[in-house]
Amino acid sequence: MAHAAHPAGGKPGTPGDSVTVPGQAGGAPAPGPQAHPKTVLEAAEINRALTRIAHEIIERTHGAEHVVLLGIPTRGVPLAERMAARITGVEGRQVPHGSLDITMYRDDLRLRPARRLGPTEVPAEGIDGKTVVLVDDVLYSGRTVRAALDALNDLGRPLAVQLAVLVDRGHRELPIRADYVGKNLPTSQAEVVRVLLTETDGEDAVLLEPVGTEPRPRRGGVTGRRR
Amino acid sequence: MTAEGTTWVIKGARPLGGEPADIIITDAAISEIGPGATAPRGAQALDASGLIALPGLVDLHTHLREPGREDAETIETGTLAAALGGFTAVHAMANTDPVADTAGVTEQIWRLGRAAGHCDVQPVGAVTVGLAGSRLAEFGAMAESAARVRVFSDDGRCVSDAVLMRRALEYVKAFDGVIAQHAQEPRLTEGAQMNEGVASGRLGLAGWPAVAEEAVIARDCLLAAHVDSALHICHVSTAGSVEIIRWAKSKGWRVTAEVTPHHLLLTDDLVASYDPVYKVNPPLRTATDVAALRDALADGTIDCVATDHAPHPVEDKETEWAVAAHGMTGLETALRVVQEAMVDTGLLGWAQVADRMSARPAAIGRLGGQGRPLAPGEPANLVLYNPATRETVDPATHASRSRNSPFAGMTLPGQVVATFLRGRPTVLDGKPA
Amino acid sequence: MNRHLISAADLSKQDALLILDTAEELAQVADRPIKKLPTLRGRTVVNLFFEDSTRTRISFEAAAKRLSADVINFAVKGSSVAKGESLKDTALTLEAMGADAVVVRHSASGAPLRLSNWLRGSVINAGDGSHEHPTQALLDAFTIRRRFGRGDGEALDGLRVTIVGDVLHSRVARSNVWLLHLLGAEVALVAPPTLLPVAIDDWPCSVSYDLDAALPKSDVVMMLRIQQERMNAAYFPSVREYSRRYGLDTARVGQLPEDAIVMHPGPMNRGVEIAAEVADSPRSTIVEQVANGVSVRMAVLYLLLGGREVAQ
Repeated sequence: MAHAAHPAGGKPGTPGDSVTVPGQAGGAPAPGPQAHPKTVLEAAEINRALTRIAHEIIERTHGAEHVVLLGIPTRGVPLAERMAARITGVEGRQVPHGSLDITMYRDDLRLRPARRLGPTEVPAEGIDGKTVVLVDDVLYSGRTVRAALDALNDLGRPLAVQLAVLVDRGHRELPIRADYVGKNLPTSQAEVVRVLLTETDGEDAVLLEPVGTEPRPRRGGVTGRRR
Repeated sequence: MTAEGTTWVIKGARPLGGEPADIIITDAAISEIGPGATAPRGAQALDASGLIALPGLVDLHTHLREPGREDAETIETGTLAAALGGFTAVHAMANTDPVADTAGVTEQIWRLGRAAGHCDVQPVGAVTVGLAGSRLAEFGAMAESAARVRVFSDDGRCVSDAVLMRRALEYVKAFDGVIAQHAQEPRLTEGAQMNEGVASGRLGLAGWPAVAEEAVIARDCLLAAHVDSALHICHVSTAGSVEIIRWAKSKGWRVTAEVTPHHLLLTDDLVASYDPVYKVNPPLRTATDVAALRDALADGTIDCVATDHAPHPVEDKETEWAVAAHGMTGLETALRVVQEAMVDTGLLGWAQVADRMSARPAAIGRLGGQGRPLAPGEPANLVLYNPATRETVDPATHASRSRNSPFAGMTLPGQVVATFLRGRPTVLDGKPA
Repeated sequence: MNRHLISAADLSKQDALLILDTAEELAQVADRPIKKLPTLRGRTVVNLFFEDSTRTRISFEAAAKRLSADVINFAVKGSSVAKGESLKDTALTLEAMGADAVVVRHSASGAPLRLSNWLRGSVINAGDGSHEHPTQALLDAFTIRRRFGRGDGEALDGLRVTIVGDVLHSRVARSNVWLLHLLGAEVALVAPPTLLPVAIDDWPCSVSYDLDAALPKSDVVMMLRIQQERMNAAYFPSVREYSRRYGLDTARVGQLPEDAIVMHPGPMNRGVEIAAEVADSPRSTIVEQVANGVSVRMAVLYLLLGGREVAQ
C-alpha cells in the first residue's frame, strides 16, 4: 500500500518489491513509515492557534456571552473543550460545550457500510437563541459542516452559527467557509491531512501525507476521514 | 411391451460383488452364470465389466400417489423412478385417494402397474376402512383379488387402537398376510414437527419424542406374540426401537422391520435451515440413532431397507416448516445411500445388500418371483450397478415427478447402469430402456 | 453484522454491543421537538405481520419513520397456505415492491429464515413461532444495561437474570437466554417441569422449579406471559395453581434484592403471572421497555440499512 503514490515500482504486495527502487524520475527515496509524512503543525503551534481562535471568538461575539461550542466527533470534541477552557481562562466564566455527531445526516451514507455513531451531548442550556460555534479539526469539502447545519436545524433555532477549524485545506465542494481558522494549508487531493491530538492519539501534531499511508502506530489512533 | 424372448449376455459382471462372470438371460430367466459362458447366437451383448450384479431390488414401502395425487406422482413416473433406482418390484402403500381398502382399488393399482411395465407393483391394502382407524378393511377380498394383497398397512397413520391392532393381527393369519405398522402414538405426537431433542428445543419446533414410536412397537410385538401372528414395523427410526425389536426377535417372535435410506444417513441438525425438504415422518433423529440403525441393519435385527418414497409437489414443500408436507423421495437414490452409509463404511458387503434390499423384502412381502438368487433357472430380475462413480444428486434429473430429495446437492457414490425385469431391460445405460 | 437479524444466537458480542451503543445515541431523538433523522430517506421498510401484534408493529413503524424511511404495513391473517397465497409468493411480491427491509412476524418457527432465501433486502425477525424474537431481547438487554448504569461498550457481566414462565413455547425466552449469556449475564430459568424443553441442560443457563429460592439471587426478574390454553393441554392443572407457584406478587417482590428490577415483554396477564401492584411499581421496567423498543429498533434498522451494506 505504501507504493500507491508511485507510478512505477511493481504491484503492491508483490513479495520482495519493497526492496526495489521505484523508477520515478528524480530518484525520490522509497517511502517508509517514518520518512514521508510531513509535520505541518507541531504541538506548540497547535496550542498557539487554539489560543488565538479563543481570543477571536471572544472578540467577535463581544465576550462570548451566549456562545455554545459544539465539537464534531471525533477530534472536534477535544478541540472544543480546549477552546472552552481558554475562553474561561480569559473571561472567567464557564462556556457551555459539547459534541454534535453528524453521522445520521451525512450525504454519503450509501458509499460505505453503516458507520458507528459518535456521541451527541448538547449542553443543558440548549442552542435556541445562542451563537453556536461548530468546531472541527479539518475543513475540506464542507459536507460535514452541511450535515452539522442540518442536525442543528432539527435540534433548535440558534441565533447564529459559526465555524472554527484547526486546518482549512481547501477544495470546497459547497459554499461553506470557516469563521475561525487555525492554519490555512494548501493541499492536493492526493494528500491526507492527519490531525493527532493528545486526548485521542497520545500526541499533538498535524501531518500531511500521501493518500494510502498507513497511520503510524500510537495509542488510541483512529484513521482520519475526508471531511 | 417388448416381447419376452430376447436373449442377453451380460459380460464380466460381478454377481454380489464377487468374481467377474457372464450372465446369460434366455426368455425371462437366467439360463447360465459363470466365467466365460457361451453366448447363444443372436444374443444381445452388454459389457458389464466393473459392474456389480444384484438381484432386482424390492421396495416394501413406496407411495405412488395414484389414484388421487397425480400432481405429485403417477404409477408410470413412480415405477420408472423405481426401475432407475434398480428396483424390479415395489409395494404401493394404501394412503391414496380413494384409499386402497377394497379389492377394486387394489386391483386398479395392480393393473396400472402392469400396464406401465417398468417394475412390478404390489399393492398394499389398508388395515382400516378409509385409514380412519375404526373398522377393519376387507382383507379377504383384497387377498383374493388379482392384486393378491398380502401386506396390510395404514401407513401415514398409526393403528393406535390396541383392540383393532389385535384383531388385524389375528385376522390376517387366514391369508398368510402381515400387518405393517406405522408406529406413532397419536396423542404424544399431536402437532409434532421434528424429533424431540436438543435441536427442537433451540429451533422452537414441537417435538416428536422417540418414546411415541417405541411404545407402540413394544405393544405390537407383545400383541403379535400373544396371537402368534406376523408383524412388520415400518421405517424404524430410533435406537430404542432397535433394542425392542432385537428383544422381540430373541424371543422367537415373528417380527420384521425396515429402515429408510435417509434414516441411515441424515440427522436432525439439518432442520436448522428450516428447509422442509428435511421434514419427514418419522422425523430425522440423532447421530446415536443413526449409528444404532446401521448396526441393526448390519446384524439383521432390521431386516431390510425400504425407501418410504414420498413425493410431494413443490408448493407443498416450498413453505414455512409448520405447514409443509412430510416426506422425501427415495427410489432413485436408495442404493447409492446404502452404499455410502453401509458398504463404504464396511458394515455390509454386496451379498448382504442383496439380502437386505431384495431377498428379505420379497420374503416379507410374500412375493414369489422376486428376491430370488442370481442362479440358473431363477427369474431374470437383476440390476447392474457401478459403485465407482461419485456424483452430485440433482433432483431435476430424476424421473419422479417430484423433487423433494434431501440428498439434493450431496455427492453420493454409485450409479444404476441397467435393470432387468424378467429378462427385459427397463433401464439401459442409466436411462429408461 | 449479518445482512439479516433473524436470531439472537447469530449475533457476536461485538454486534450486540454495537446495536446497544447505537440505540443509546438514537434514544435522544425521542426527547427532541423534531423526532426525526433523515438517514433512511428513500428506503422502504415493509412490516409483514402474519400474526396480530399492534404493539410490535407500531414500534417498528415508529422506528422506521423516525429515520425517515417509508413504511408499508402488510397484515396477512391466517396461514398462508390456507388463504391461498404462499409464503414464497408474498416474498416475490415484496421483492417487486423494492422493499429494503422486511420486518416479519409469523406463527411458524423458521418463516423469516425461509423468507430470507427469496428476498434481496434485509429480513428482521419480529417473532417467529416459538423460535426467536431478537429485537425483544435487545431491548431487554438495553433496559437492563441502563437501569444498572452500564455505559457505552459495557456488557452485562455479573448480573443475574431470572426468567420465569412458559419457556417451552417462548421465543422471548430463547432470544434472551442466548443474548444475555453472550453479554456476560448469569441466566436462570424457573418454570414447572412441563414448560421446559426436554434438552434444557444443553442451554447456557441454570434451571430450577422453585421461584422463591431464585428470587433473593436475582438482579433482574423477567416474567413471561402464560397462556390459558396451556392448561387445557395439561401443562399445569389450573391457572390458580400456576399463579400460586410461579406468579410474582408483592410478597415475592419483597424477597428481591433492593436494586432488583422486574421486567415483562407484554402483554401482561395481570393477576396471573404478575400482580397489578408489581407491574405498576418503580421496580417495574414495563413502560420504559416500550420506549426502549423504538430506540433499539431504530438502531437495528440503521445498522442494516444505513450504509451501502451492513455495518461491520
